[in-house]
Amino acid sequence: MFGLSRGDLLLWLFVLLLVLAAPILLNPFPESSALAQFNGGYPDLMQRFLIFGIFAIGFNILFGLTGYLSFGHAAFLGAGSYAAVWMLKLLTINVIPAIIVSTLVAGILSLIIGYISLRRSGIYFSILTLAFAQMSFAAAASVGFVTQFTGGETGLQTALNDPRILDTASTTGNIPAPSLFGLEMRDSFQWSVGDWLWTFNAGYYVCGFVMMVAFYIAIRITRSPFGMMLKAVKSNNERLSYTGINPKPYTLAAFVISGMYAGLAGGLMVAMDPLAGVERMQWTASGEVVLMTILGGVGTLIGPIFGAGLIKYFENIFSKINESLLHQWFAFLPDGVEDFFVAVIYPFVGKGWHLTLGLSFMLVVIFLPGGMVGGLTSLYRRIFKKSKQAN
Amino acid sequence: MELSALLLQVLNGLDKGSAYALIALGLTLIFGTLGVVNFAHGALFMIGAFCSVTLQRLLSTSVITLDETKLDFLGNPAKISTPYVNTWFGPDIGNAIIDWSVPLAILFAIPIMLLIGFVMERGLIKHFYKRPHADQILVTFGLAIVLQEAVKYFFGANQIPAPAPDMFVGSFDFGVYIGMNPGKLMYPYWRIVYFLFALVIILAVFSFLQFTTFGMVVRAGMADRETVGLLGINIDKRFTIMFGIAAAVAGLAGVMYTPINPPSYTMGMDFLVISFVVVVVGGMGSLPGAVLAGFLLGILESFASIRQVIDVLPGINNLVIYLAAIMILLARPRGLLGRKGVMEN
Amino acid sequence: MGSALEVRGVNKRFGGLQALNDVNLTVEEGRIHAIIGPNGAGKSTLLNCFVGRLKPDSGTVMFHGQNLLGILPYQVNQVGVSRVFQTPEIFADLTVLENVMIPALAHRDGIFEMNAMKPLLKETDIRKKAVDVLEDIGLHDKLDMTASSMSRGDKRRLEMAMGLVQEPKLLLLDEPTAGMSRADTNNTIEVLKHISKSRAITMIIIEHDMHVVFTLADRISVLAQGTVIVEDQPENIKGNKKVQEAYLGGAH
Repeated sequence: MFGLSRGDLLLWLFVLLLVLAAPILLNPFPESSALAQFNGGYPDLMQRFLIFGIFAIGFNILFGLTGYLSFGHAAFLGAGSYAAVWMLKLLTINVIPAIIVSTLVAGILSLIIGYISLRRSGIYFSILTLAFAQMSFAAAASVGFVTQFTGGETGLQTALNDPRILDTASTTGNIPAPSLFGLEMRDSFQWSVGDWLWTFNAGYYVCGFVMMVAFYIAIRITRSPFGMMLKAVKSNNERLSYTGINPKPYTLAAFVISGMYAGLAGGLMVAMDPLAGVERMQWTASGEVVLMTILGGVGTLIGPIFGAGLIKYFENIFSKINESLLHQWFAFLPDGVEDFFVAVIYPFVGKGWHLTLGLSFMLVVIFLPGGMVGGLTSLYRRIFKKSKQAN
Repeated sequence: MELSALLLQVLNGLDKGSAYALIALGLTLIFGTLGVVNFAHGALFMIGAFCSVTLQRLLSTSVITLDETKLDFLGNPAKISTPYVNTWFGPDIGNAIIDWSVPLAILFAIPIMLLIGFVMERGLIKHFYKRPHADQILVTFGLAIVLQEAVKYFFGANQIPAPAPDMFVGSFDFGVYIGMNPGKLMYPYWRIVYFLFALVIILAVFSFLQFTTFGMVVRAGMADRETVGLLGINIDKRFTIMFGIAAAVAGLAGVMYTPINPPSYTMGMDFLVISFVVVVVGGMGSLPGAVLAGFLLGILESFASIRQVIDVLPGINNLVIYLAAIMILLARPRGLLGRKGVMEN
Repeated sequence: MGSALEVRGVNKRFGGLQALNDVNLTVEEGRIHAIIGPNGAGKSTLLNCFVGRLKPDSGTVMFHGQNLLGILPYQVNQVGVSRVFQTPEIFADLTVLENVMIPALAHRDGIFEMNAMKPLLKETDIRKKAVDVLEDIGLHDKLDMTASSMSRGDKRRLEMAMGLVQEPKLLLLDEPTAGMSRADTNNTIEVLKHISKSRAITMIIIEHDMHVVFTLADRISVLAQGTVIVEDQPENIKGNKKVQEAYLGGAH
């Protein structure tokens, strides 16, 4: 159905279900309980799950399928963000043009960067993309001509007196919030059942819709002849040309598609919160999407989404854990033991979140080349096979 | 534009160029011998810098005594902290030792960096020789994050000053020696020291590779690893030592860099990105290429920072290295001095 | 029948070594032409020159009036020249079926086709074609196996299926039976014979196994020290003095 195999359709529906129910699933703790601060079901965080999910899905189309490791995708995320803010400023506060234009702008930028970077492969490609991204970052931050469009270090945001030529002008009151035909992205509906409070946010569901479409397209690409060619590029690039295929346009197409996904993610970020800063272009942002894709499972369909959610969730949770909270948790232990446990764990939580992230990333690269999803699949297969043999 | 300003930019480029060259030298050494792309190399530079900080702190470790004859503003006896080195060697020598903690950190850092290098190679990198380059990049990238965060945990996120010995504070007036007016061409003493230090290290590495049997084997291994392995020479062990040396070179570059720019935990990554560009521009696996490209790009960056250039092209100093790298890579893919076909796939 | 491939005056030097020295060769259409010769005679170098892997220093290689020199590997393939590699150059991470579907798609769609939204499952023609060839070659029970997990002999057969599925006008086979068992070798001979007759594919075979050469070849060229020393019918090659000398000389 819809051009998907049964398995893929079920996977897509499973993700759809998770996206729809996330506001409930991610708020498992009652509001008055001490654990409520670990609820992840608030709009800002959930939007980030989906937006970074899109970013990682796109990155996986390039790295997962073709094996070309780009360290420059932040440039497209940033370019998409800037384009989206400009659309909100100049055209209309409706998010649709912003999202479309951000995707297109990132597509054009990735066509240029990809065309040049793909003249080289292997490590050279990684470094060229890194160099391009750093260049874009430096340009956006400080090159005079470019800062007119990016706002330099201060960044870019909507203002009350923006032209917004398609909207009925209003220069009084508050800065209008991004909306979808009048439905403001920050609008939320809250539902409380007993002591539980669930927030259903308009922007979150817009992101959810876009991500489900992006995920659907990614599945279709992966299961197409084009996707098979991309896998062949990764497997044996040289053989492909002796088979009568020119690998270049395939790789470039994959690069542009993944760049457009990044731009789309950047556009959605702005649609949720109408500002763009230069830090979105920094290479650490490129590194982040690499981490997400690898942790979740590179080359798998659902892995990147999973990885993005995992990192964003734990980033949020871990950074909330502080020393006194740890003491509270281990209070049941004798004093010396308690202090010991707190001392051991403390470096890894709170501000030490990146230490945990780096360590788990290393462990995954060393022991689980297929990421979490790859690991789970092989575990499942092993158990399944064993029970089969037992029968 | 005046000659003095031009000269000044060349000089200014030399110290950054020295750091780039030293890091790139280690990177390309590791790549050439082990075939591994080490994203954690910047972290080694950073750890070196924190060796300076650590030694300075160790040397300044003090015993606190109460001086009953003086009172502090609360009326309590004043606390006087005397560094142990002062009590051991007397105040003159003691203060001199603390003052010279950055150069002394060279001795302190060498065994530490060698050890870190050995442990890294034996414990982690060794297992990645046969894996794709992408995996090597990823695992060393992860390691870089871990090292950086560990340093942040112990030393905090702020820059920590580790000044040069008093003797080297101040600037040297180059200008008067070539007939300019005094004050026209001032160059800090420590930067001269750093440049000379870098030259010594580079020469040492090159002569080590050129004139020792060990170096000869390593060079042969860089050219053709398998054949050297067939000769019955234990090339793996030598490569482990090479990794240690590369780590030490990066570390020493960091040790001596602290007076130029107070170290913070992010300095490794900042330098790494550019050092990679340097390696690729110089030619992957080419040691002279790395050194040449390091200094060239350092000087280029410094020229792009001239006010007259900035006025025309604001911000160009921040991206000129990348721009140059992209153009060089497209015009001459193997880099300035690289061999053809290295690391293509 | 006309000539399919005309090789005229091809030279190739590697440093001080003259690998190919004024090689001339004519391959008749629809024939199986074997190139034999001692190790290091330049057989693989010659093949590499045909497919754009190496660029000769001088000479021409005309294939049905089209010069193969100076065009890229995928262009060589698209004019109808497929190559089967000596050491299997397969897509190791992909399944057997995918390995054969890729060349089949290349044959149908050309060097690039942006069919990113078409499900692979709907490519029933391509799939059937691939399965047919795999059946011919005896791999039809391993369609979904990952190529890297196959035995070496099976990989070589897969290589051949990848060449055959493209219905090339000219198939270049580099030691197709090396390392195969006697039974597999005979099977391969049968497959090649059958295909050569039924599909009228011109073939150039490089081979060490004289049994294979003399069973299959319509014509044989003997290459020694970069030069074609003899080109003749198989029955005339066996007793040829020059050939014996070349092999004996090469054995030292």
